[in-house]
Amino acid sequence: MKTRSETSLTPARDAAPSEGLLSQPAALDVLFEQRSPAEAEPLEPVLEARAVTVRYGAAVAVSDVSLDVHRNRVTAFIGPSGCGKTTLLRTFNRMNDLVPGAVVSGRVAYHGVDVNGAGVDPIEVRRRIGMVFQRPNPFPKSVFDNVAFGLRLHGLKDDLSGRVEEALRRAALWDEVKDRLGKNALGLSGGQQQRLCIARALAVEPDLLLMDEPASALDPISTTRIEDLLRELRSQVTIVIVTHNMQQAARVADLTAFFSVEPTGGDEHERGGVLIEYGPTEQLFTRPADRRTEDYVTGRFG
Amino acid sequence: MARLPLPARRRSWPVRHPGDLAMHGIAGLAAAGTILVLVLLTVQVFRQARPAISRFGAAFVWSTDWNPVTNAFGARDLIWGTAVTSLAAVLAAVPLAVAAALFLTELAPARAAAPIRTLVELLAAIPSVVLGLWGILVLGPVLAQHVEPWLGSTLGFIPLFSGAPSPAGLLPACVILTIMVVPIVAAISREVFLTVPADLKDGAYALGATRWEVVRGVVLPHSAAGLTAAVILGLGRALGEAIAVTQVIGGTAAFHASLFGPADTLASRIASQYQGAVSDIQIASIAFLAAILLVFSLVANVGAGLVVGRLQRRRLGVR
Repeated sequence: MKTRSETSLTPARDAAPSEGLLSQPAALDVLFEQRSPAEAEPLEPVLEARAVTVRYGAAVAVSDVSLDVHRNRVTAFIGPSGCGKTTLLRTFNRMNDLVPGAVVSGRVAYHGVDVNGAGVDPIEVRRRIGMVFQRPNPFPKSVFDNVAFGLRLHGLKDDLSGRVEEALRRAALWDEVKDRLGKNALGLSGGQQQRLCIARALAVEPDLLLMDEPASALDPISTTRIEDLLRELRSQVTIVIVTHNMQQAARVADLTAFFSVEPTGGDEHERGGVLIEYGPTEQLFTRPADRRTEDYVTGRFG
Repeated sequence: MARLPLPARRRSWPVRHPGDLAMHGIAGLAAAGTILVLVLLTVQVFRQARPAISRFGAAFVWSTDWNPVTNAFGARDLIWGTAVTSLAAVLAAVPLAVAAALFLTELAPARAAAPIRTLVELLAAIPSVVLGLWGILVLGPVLAQHVEPWLGSTLGFIPLFSGAPSPAGLLPACVILTIMVVPIVAAISREVFLTVPADLKDGAYALGATRWEVVRGVVLPHSAAGLTAAVILGLGRALGEAIAVTQVIGGTAAFHASLFGPADTLASRIASQYQGAVSDIQIASIAFLAAILLVFSLVANVGAGLVVGRLQRRRLGVR
């Protein structure tokens, strides 16, 4: 894999679409001029994935993916089930280390440091890169202790209650829980639990937040609240969100990457997740460069 | 629109489907049978013990005599032996067993975990009489010749480790019981740890928790109720074990703080003397011992049930 990293900036199968768009700042300016000026700041990569391939035993989940995640942008990963978007997300904070049989190759550089490099502690990586999961997973502890969990792990014990309040406010949950901080978090509604999990992740002040379908288990109103929250958080933290919901990507994401399940080897039966196209969300949805992207975003593809 | 020709279903009982009916019947009978056995057994034990209960009364519990010649019987030394051996075994076994279960569920690679798990469970399959024989032939002499003198010389200022070494006594009984309790507690703890949702552990890992922090912050709190149940089942095993204890404990009713000296427990006294009992009052006294043991076990289990329920409710946030 390492020997290919020079050429891998250009995805193996489709030469034109993905990286090409991002390497042309002119193409992006068009989109960002339509957004508020604050968001027009130049793209600055926080995390760079190069030729990332993930195998579970013999199965290839993610094949040769290269892309950049940019500071203070929301990046959405979309694509059909089994296209490896969640697996790719979990390589960013080394959660795949915990999956028996998962083998990651390629390079994931976070602020220029290879997270899989020798001497890099996965614990340290996960302390810097937060994660929110598909199903709300608050600990069976009080609301306060949930948010304080990461703070206590990191030894951030001064002004604990101030930090907890701040995180809950950032997650737009403070007003709903300020009178029940001592109550068990499992008594909250699903949407509140998920915002609590976001607060829990934000409390330790990550600069990159990974979200794996954070609204897929929630009702529409709770989903809207989470999406509003993502737009607010964008100015403070870089966000990568995996979603099944294309409208959600269109609503919240500045940049969108479309993945698909494609043949990955010489063998027709060997299929895995491949990055098809990556670019500004609006462009990807309105003027996709690849036919497969167009089929997917227009609903012609299962 | 055609109306369905079915009457509105008013009751869920009786169940109409034959399969359901059969299942209800069989399961209900089995449940009732279990309760019936427990009740009949308790009644029978107390009936057998009645002569001793009416003759000695509550004083039996703190009387130290056990003399078939003068027909004076009392259970204090046996209760002491039971308490010491059971509690020591549980105290020694629980940390070992919980650590082994944590290793199997959280640390060991799957390839290593399966055979180790089987071996730990095989420990429970050793017949207790075989374990007792090993206790007589190997464990007792080793303890008496090497371990007890060393303990006496280094920790002899603690009453537990004072006195003359002896191949039969409380210490080998504690060790044997520990060996018997470990696999039970380990097997149940392992099952309990497996029920900790992977999402919760992932949530902690994603916050940068180390394995130990995940165990301490998520796995153990989530498992508190189940672990309590495991400990109580282990205690029940230690309280009730008769044969192996009889083989190694020395069979002498004695009230001493030393772990080295011979003693006896409720269960081992019942096992060793019931056959050779010489008088009706001795048989009744042995039944009285059985009644005490039964009450201990029932109290431990009911208490555990209450604790487990309470921990469970606290975990789920309902009070």
